[in-house]
Amino acid sequence: MAEKILTKNFDLRDSHTLRVYREAGGYRAWDKARGMEPAAITEEVKKSNLRGLGGAGFPTGVKWGFIPKGSTAPKYLVVNADEGEPGTFKDRYILERDPHALIEGMLIAARAIDSRVGFVYIRGEYVQPWRIFSAAVKEAYDAGLLGAAVPGGGFDIVIHRGAGAYICGEETGLISSLEGKKGWPKLKPPFPAIKGAFGQPTIVNNVETLVCLPHILTRGAEWFAGLGTKTQGGTRLYSVSGHVVRPGVVEAPVSVTLRQLIYEHCGGIRGGRALKAVVPGGASAAILTPDEIDIPMDVDGPKSKGSMIGSAGVIVMDDTVSIPDALMVVARFYAHESCGQCTPCRESTGWIYKMSHRIVEGKGRKEDLDNILDVAKRGAGTTICAFYDGAVGPYISYIEKFRDEFEALIRSGAHA
Amino acid sequence: MADPRNPRFTDQQLAEVRRLQGLYPDKRGALLPVLHMAQDNFGYISLEIEAYVGTLFDLSAAHVHEVVTFYTMYFQQPKGRHVVAVCHNLSCHLMGAKDIIERCKTALGVAPGETTKDGKVTLLTVECLCACEQAPMMQVDDRYEGLLTPDKVDGILRGLA
Repeated sequence: MAEKILTKNFDLRDSHTLRVYREAGGYRAWDKARGMEPAAITEEVKKSNLRGLGGAGFPTGVKWGFIPKGSTAPKYLVVNADEGEPGTFKDRYILERDPHALIEGMLIAARAIDSRVGFVYIRGEYVQPWRIFSAAVKEAYDAGLLGAAVPGGGFDIVIHRGAGAYICGEETGLISSLEGKKGWPKLKPPFPAIKGAFGQPTIVNNVETLVCLPHILTRGAEWFAGLGTKTQGGTRLYSVSGHVVRPGVVEAPVSVTLRQLIYEHCGGIRGGRALKAVVPGGASAAILTPDEIDIPMDVDGPKSKGSMIGSAGVIVMDDTVSIPDALMVVARFYAHESCGQCTPCRESTGWIYKMSHRIVEGKGRKEDLDNILDVAKRGAGTTICAFYDGAVGPYISYIEKFRDEFEALIRSGAHA
Repeated sequence: MADPRNPRFTDQQLAEVRRLQGLYPDKRGALLPVLHMAQDNFGYISLEIEAYVGTLFDLSAAHVHEVVTFYTMYFQQPKGRHVVAVCHNLSCHLMGAKDIIERCKTALGVAPGETTKDGKVTLLTVECLCACEQAPMMQVDDRYEGLLTPDKVDGILRGLA
């Protein structure tokens, strides 16, 4: 069993409290970082090969480096705790079980980018995580860890609750929502690091990404990089759900294979059944077949099979699953969550849901499959944000990899 | 509960609105939090509340309406005393969400999107609540209920006052 790093506090009694976090060595990385030059922190994070763990996998230190040098404008750190990618639940565990690790990570990131205010955008449905994190922030203020006492001009945390919209997990949609608007994504460039929240330089980082920082500072960039693969350092939290014996959050080095996650960490398929398909990185990742699971679960492994690691939400399907039915469920999600701003996304998600729905209702037409593929492929890459590209991954892969099953269903006219 | 057709915050609530507005570089940042506050206070977000909140932000009622209608958590009609939101996304679907939704419909006598006649429960189906390790799951007001079976659902619904 590999060493627990990000989850080391999860099972401690009262792990959400400052006392327990401190007893476990918490805030020592901040003690070190507060005496470091901001550029030295960024350099260390670059060397660690830390990649964003929210979905896009962008190198964290490089992202921080996009903040204009010498800018005297206020700079904002925004934490993306709007966890919403279907199949993902790891940030909820961090908020509930190790909230001070996030606060410590924010302090470190804020020093690196010279930010005096951090906004934590927590999805509205996460009431319990919001309460626990809010209590931790209050503890940190009371202990003088936050507020005016923070070297470099102080640092405040503002907790902001969302109100139910998947698109607000997209960083520019999140910024719109934080600004009090509907969560419409914004065209890039300008990137948030240049012109983000309230028009100022902004870094949006995922919860888990920030929680890696104390470990990188304490144990060094080389150590962190050495845990992973050539292009990505560290361990990460895999959210595994569906038809496995033991679903849950699994911490593993990013070199772990998808097969190991399913069969070693999660006990294999329930009831000794056969694996039919698996989604490796949240609903927006292309589906993989059983012969495609011997891949490392870093940013490159799933990409080598035309999929993506995304948020590392692994959804496992056994041989009882109807893939057309699964596609209908995923298509319903994209139709519901499209923000409506870009025509290709707004229209295609709706029509593809209708077609996928009639297929499982036994009313599919033989041209439906090619129409879905055609519509999906035409729209890819034509929209403001990555939402529609995320929808296209499942649309195309479910049909292309399981076309026989779709065709048989359409021919038989049966319900899936 | 305060009247959603003639909404006014108390002085204390108005002070809280100003405190929230002061947390953001532009006070408009506090719009979502204030709408949450309004819903907690008035039960749902009526058109009158949208107009009233608009005056607190120097925004038109149309702007507030645009925001309210974009998000799923703001109710534009009175909701039940309890909200039961069953996840029907992929992991829950794989683990039997259909049976959970069917049992809720039978036990409550309403379809998703509807409220029981006695005003006790609003039933919803929702997209991923990110608790897939407990699939199938649902949200009952503030809390998550997971590893559901139809019988467990009956017990949870019976327990709602």
